[in-house]
Amino acid sequence: MTTKSLSARNNELSDAKKQLEFLSSGLFAEGELPTFRDQLKKQFPLKPKALEILQINLGYMCNQVCSHCHVDAGPDRKEIMTIETMQHCLEAIQKTGAHTLDLTGGAPEMNPNFRWFVEEAAKAGIKDFIVRSNLTIIVANKKYYDLPEFFKKHNVHVVSSLPFYKKEKTDKQRGNGVFDKSIEALQMLNAAGYGIENSKLKLDLVYNPSGAFLPKNQKAMESDFKKALKEDFDIEFNSLFAITNLPISRFLEYLIASENYEDYMYELINAYNPEAVQNVMCRNTLSVSWDGWLYDCDFNQMLELKVNSNIKHISDYDEKEIQNRSIITSQHCYGCTAGAGSSCQGSVA
Amino acid sequence: MSKTYYDPSDLRKFGEITEWSEELGKKFFDYYGSVFEEGALSAREKSLIALAVAHVVKCPYCIDAYTKDGLERGITKEEMMEAVHAGAAIESGATLVHGVQMMNKYKKLSM
Repeated sequence: MTTKSLSARNNELSDAKKQLEFLSSGLFAEGELPTFRDQLKKQFPLKPKALEILQINLGYMCNQVCSHCHVDAGPDRKEIMTIETMQHCLEAIQKTGAHTLDLTGGAPEMNPNFRWFVEEAAKAGIKDFIVRSNLTIIVANKKYYDLPEFFKKHNVHVVSSLPFYKKEKTDKQRGNGVFDKSIEALQMLNAAGYGIENSKLKLDLVYNPSGAFLPKNQKAMESDFKKALKEDFDIEFNSLFAITNLPISRFLEYLIASENYEDYMYELINAYNPEAVQNVMCRNTLSVSWDGWLYDCDFNQMLELKVNSNIKHISDYDEKEIQNRSIITSQHCYGCTAGAGSSCQGSVA
Repeated sequence: MSKTYYDPSDLRKFGEITEWSEELGKKFFDYYGSVFEEGALSAREKSLIALAVAHVVKCPYCIDAYTKDGLERGITKEEMMEAVHAGAAIESGATLVHGVQMMNKYKKLSM
């Protein structure tokens, strides 16, 4: 397992343009598989629905280097949101009609102004305030040990990645020792009241496949996770979100290196579900990057596909204007429309 | 033309058998789909049975398909291997139980 980002390794896939070129070549250029645009037919171009989720990426720095990471995050990434950009975000949060604020990264907690930002953002009184935590950050350093209490104080909804309820698969995807630390962090969150039955403090887990296959039934998987985590570690949580790995960044690198790319694209396209298109997250979400640019989703952010709108930066935020845009798509979008669909909130169909 | 009898990419073309016999092909795939739905047995249990049978009938396509299906359902490698052993035990048992026939014949022909 690699310990450095694509970026630090100067891998050509760290260049978003190269990724997009790759995703439009081969099977798609030869016409063997339909491009996403062709697949959409009359649904092209996709248009946004009412904005529900404002997702803000506080930086690409992370204490982990997961092999599937679409952000290419890691300790070597220095892109971190400044306090000035945070101020612009807070102005947008005051104005937005979205009911959910979703902070992500990297490990968002590693941003030096994370706590200040959470305190300020919480004042806006948005209904659902999510922080996406990788869990291990909570036990990575003494200064993070009180995060569960901090989250509790601000009624933050914690969404955490746990690729499997067994050590082997989790560590293979996320690094040696990650499973044990994640279990410890989950127990700390439970102790603070997170994920416990009848508690208002919500703790959801994110499952994404540890390999070149798609997630199947979210409900069945949730039931397996609940049973195993309860029996083995006395851990409770609320819901499991099953998320498909999109063929970009480090997961794309893995697909190519393991010679699974072609089969995976066939798999995604065979599982194409027009119903999922109705609810793909780019239609109800707006993604803000660490440097304040606006994107249709977190994946488009990583592919540097800025919104197709006159308003492209959080400092010029005008929700009504942004909502008039057409959504930018490419072949990676097949990842969100396969089977039951996939989003940061799990299945969509 | 492929130089081997089995080509992994042929699995993707399985649905094409319907092109040469639409009615029977459709009936088969409808039946197949129904069999693997949740029922008295869970889809997860059926996936493991399918994996065991795939090994017994030595179908490389089915082994690929139900290994992936198991991964998608979160079935562990230990569960998968136990299923293969269950299939192998029945298959070897089926061979060995014929040993009784051999013993019967041996005894009948011997003084």
